[in-house]
Amino acid sequence: MARVVVDVMLKPEILDPQGQAVEGALARLGLAGVASVRQGKRFEIDLAGELDTATRAQLHELAGTLLSNPVIEDYSLRENVEDAS
Amino acid sequence: MRIGVVTFPGSLDDVDAARAVRIAGGEPVQLWHGEGELRDVDAVILPGGFSYGDYLRAGAIARFAPVMEPLLAAAAEGLPVLGICNGFQVLTEAHLLPGSMIKNDHRRFVCKDQRLRVENVRTSWTSAYTAGQEIVVPLKNQDGQYVADASTLERLEGEGRVVFRYVAGNPNGSRNDIAGVCNERGNVVGLMPHPEHAVDALTGPGTDGLGFFASVLTGLVAA
Repeated sequence: MARVVVDVMLKPEILDPQGQAVEGALARLGLAGVASVRQGKRFEIDLAGELDTATRAQLHELAGTLLSNPVIEDYSLRENVEDAS
Repeated sequence: MRIGVVTFPGSLDDVDAARAVRIAGGEPVQLWHGEGELRDVDAVILPGGFSYGDYLRAGAIARFAPVMEPLLAAAAEGLPVLGICNGFQVLTEAHLLPGSMIKNDHRRFVCKDQRLRVENVRTSWTSAYTAGQEIVVPLKNQDGQYVADASTLERLEGEGRVVFRYVAGNPNGSRNDIAGVCNERGNVVGLMPHPEHAVDALTGPGTDGLGFFASVLTGLVAA
């Protein structure tokens, strides 16, 4: 079984109101010295079989359409990630 | 004139949109997201709400609904399409309209009567207005901040494709006070505020929203 992880983050130039809210809460809870917080999404995709070339291409395609919106977000895709559970 | 109104799982304002069509003198036609056909309608409205609970991103999953396939093809052929609020988000996710919406800059839900300026009256949905006319329609959303990169904004402004602008204060941080935009041809229009809630003085701030529906009906008669 292969695990693929897709991380999605807002592009650096896009304001992240959620990250700002978290940044404010961290400060209120006593964490000093935080310069900035940005919030993203992580998708863990477990494949029943092995990761082949066709599936890899399909995953990239979907990471750039369904999982992220390239107008505002960037994605990174990591293969063969160890299953932590 | 048959105006289709699409219902996605989580659509809220499909009934109001259909009612607005009826008040304006058109025949509303229910379209179901799961059916890949447009039932011979003359125009389509994607209504507001929270399709798929706004999971992933607002409009991101609805964009892949079966009804969107014939809709994208018909829009390319000139079918008038109006996206309101979540419907606008679906249209940007489908890349029928440029840019995207992110969370309001102040991070709160907005619900208010909003003043807008109609900047472009050459679209299928705004021909009943006069250029520069100000209208008041409700605005209610959480992800209403319109964003696009600098070159896209420049192109939109240069081509007159900013159709509506917020007046008397920017309610959500949208770039250039943009409340709504259109495609190059002007048949596809999207905006965050809700004209379908301003078609009856008893239930809205006035009837300023009627012009959207009057515009498309007049255009269809003339066509």
